[in-house]
Amino acid sequence: MPKLMIDDKEVIVADGSTVLEAARQSGIHIPTLCYLENIQAIGACRVCLVEVEGAKTLVTSCTMPATENMKVFTRTKRVREARRMVVELLLSEHDGNCQTCDRNNDCELQALANELGIRDLPYEGARTKAGRDTSTPALIRDSGKCIKCRRCVTVCNQVQSVGALFPQFRGFKTEMAPAFGQNLANVACVQCGQCAAVCPVGAISENPQLDRVWAALDDPSKTVVVQTAPAVRAALGECFGMAPGTRVTGKMVAALRRLGFDAVFDTNFTADLTIIEEGAELLKRLTLAVKEKQPTALPQFTSCSPGWVKFVEHFYPEFIPNLSTCKSPQQMFGAVAKTYWAEKIGKKPEDVYVVSVMPCTAKKYEAQRPEMNASGVQDVDAVLTTRELGRLIREAGIDFASLPDETADRLLGFSSGAADIFANTGGVMEAALRTVYEIVTGRELPLENLHVGPIAGLDGIKETSVTLNGTEPDFAFLEGVTVKLAVASGLGNARTLLDRIKQGKASYHVVEIMTCPGGCIGGGGQPRFTTDEVRKQRIQAIYSEDEAKQVRKSHDNPKIKQIYGEYLKAPLGERSHHLLHTCYVAREKV
Amino acid sequence: MPTRKCNGCDGKSDHGVLLRRLDKVLREYREKPGALIPVLQIAQGLFGYLPETVLKRISLALEKPYSEVAGVVGFYSFFSRMPRGQHVVRVCLGTACYVRGGKQVLDAIRKQLGIEVGETTADGNFSLEVARCFGACGLAPAIMVDNDTHQRVKAARVQDILSQYVKRVGKAKGRSKGGKR
Repeated sequence: MPKLMIDDKEVIVADGSTVLEAARQSGIHIPTLCYLENIQAIGACRVCLVEVEGAKTLVTSCTMPATENMKVFTRTKRVREARRMVVELLLSEHDGNCQTCDRNNDCELQALANELGIRDLPYEGARTKAGRDTSTPALIRDSGKCIKCRRCVTVCNQVQSVGALFPQFRGFKTEMAPAFGQNLANVACVQCGQCAAVCPVGAISENPQLDRVWAALDDPSKTVVVQTAPAVRAALGECFGMAPGTRVTGKMVAALRRLGFDAVFDTNFTADLTIIEEGAELLKRLTLAVKEKQPTALPQFTSCSPGWVKFVEHFYPEFIPNLSTCKSPQQMFGAVAKTYWAEKIGKKPEDVYVVSVMPCTAKKYEAQRPEMNASGVQDVDAVLTTRELGRLIREAGIDFASLPDETADRLLGFSSGAADIFANTGGVMEAALRTVYEIVTGRELPLENLHVGPIAGLDGIKETSVTLNGTEPDFAFLEGVTVKLAVASGLGNARTLLDRIKQGKASYHVVEIMTCPGGCIGGGGQPRFTTDEVRKQRIQAIYSEDEAKQVRKSHDNPKIKQIYGEYLKAPLGERSHHLLHTCYVAREKV
Repeated sequence: MPTRKCNGCDGKSDHGVLLRRLDKVLREYREKPGALIPVLQIAQGLFGYLPETVLKRISLALEKPYSEVAGVVGFYSFFSRMPRGQHVVRVCLGTACYVRGGKQVLDAIRKQLGIEVGETTADGNFSLEVARCFGACGLAPAIMVDNDTHQRVKAARVQDILSQYVKRVGKAKGRSKGGKR
């Protein structure tokens, strides 16, 4: 436990802490650009320089271990001038244009230039070569704006274990890019957007679709409906300066109505639908495996997270049979809105325009997968991220904070609390358990508040099991069976879990994977910046949302009963198969 | 596996044989830490350059992302993704060689061969590259042709040196005073 002095403050820190951690712990602000808490401390950007007594040169506080009796100075003239020069040099290469940049007012470099009082740019010279990669529906890379902090590389390689991005070439020409600077669409990128979530500047962002949404809203021949993913309501408030974890479901619905959507629905509805279909699929697999002793692909993997699905297709195609055939709630919604609902209002599928608001960039990719056209046309027409919805609301001049709370339109907008928790890691599993346990035993899941504690929270890999006793006659073959469950979030954790399963070191019946750490609440399309603290607050908001619902279980949702009664008939039935299920393709690893 | 002639090699070895040799190397290096650069060097030695298929094979075998393999290949000027000529001429432009006339030597070679840096002559005989310091500053300006180092090279001597490597031109070899090291 070294004791050190930072400026005039005495600080005692845990062994192994860095000077930056010590400073943050004692409330002393040191600016950073490349640093990512618990993920990256590489001293690349040189912005966190401090003076250490006895050291010849300034040191980067993010890499400097805190030692006993160290004397650190964070705001001397030498430090201030060095930091300013570092940022001036970064700006001299940065091919940015703040007024028209996606990150205007949300840019760490811009904020830092302001914080350090930079008022002119003394260095003139070559700028980073601009190169826009718009090859994927999910992301745009603009290398001219890149400051080479390498956050995207670290997240892509170490957190997600995808490895689509790496520093290419050398010196001034260095570019954070796929192999040899080629386009993202050509490589094994899952389009999760975690790179965009950590980029401090406008070098990686979502591929925007605001224009096409405005065009649809302005087109009188289109019936424009919108669905919002569960995670959006726990984060959208951050776009308007509200604290992370502020629940804005009612205001979000009100804003969408004022934007002119003909119907404001909720992806939650099809999350409930997913539970019915995916639960039925699990019971079918268990019947085959346990009762009929047939070879069956177990564990069953969840398939709601399109980045995860693409990850399996690229890196673990041998597990494709294990992926649930259920489409994600977004795609189920598109299919149902353009068939069931369109028929109800007397419209053709092509006259209905479906907009999704997602915490995710991979959802943009998922929506245009060629197989996602069960209605005869593309089921989901446009996908906005949470950040883009914030922009849409601002562009419309709507004062978000002063909006009243409204509720979504009923038919495809009513949902259970089980649907809300799809946003959190462990949530899909918990929602499924609430339903499947009750189907098998006839009793409610015997857990406090219906929460499955061991699979909640930010741990990367979580496990639990449920033993089935007192089963209903139809499921007598499951009597006494202990169902083993695992949950992982972040694809690096998913890889670890898959390798364990592959090597026979672990076996499960059901596995839930979410692409992004913490689940969808930490998605690549959420307001920046998502730290673990922010994740926890959003997770809590989602659980509160769930607990506030009158209906907590998907199978109790009356609108779900209605759609089966009127249209789908039975889970895994013919219509379900056509509209709600899909298939996957093996893709190249490199 | 279908085999085909490799563009970059002498035409005697076919692609399949080389790939099998690469696979043997990959098996040897798979478990070793820091294997990537030595494997790339060996692969370039085998194939004469680093074609995409070879790089992807290395990426898969060493379980390194292709972007990382590419990043390393793109970083070091030693590695080439283009088929190269029979002989690779490397001109040192490190500080010592540069101040002692390395640039003039390079210009003379470009003129002599009629190619730019990174290119290969039409007859496939020579490729031209530059390097940053061979670690032979005492010999500046230095050039390397394949594994031979030529010291204190002058622009006027360039033709003489290169002619040693032209096949069957009827001249005696190694006449230059600088000689081979």
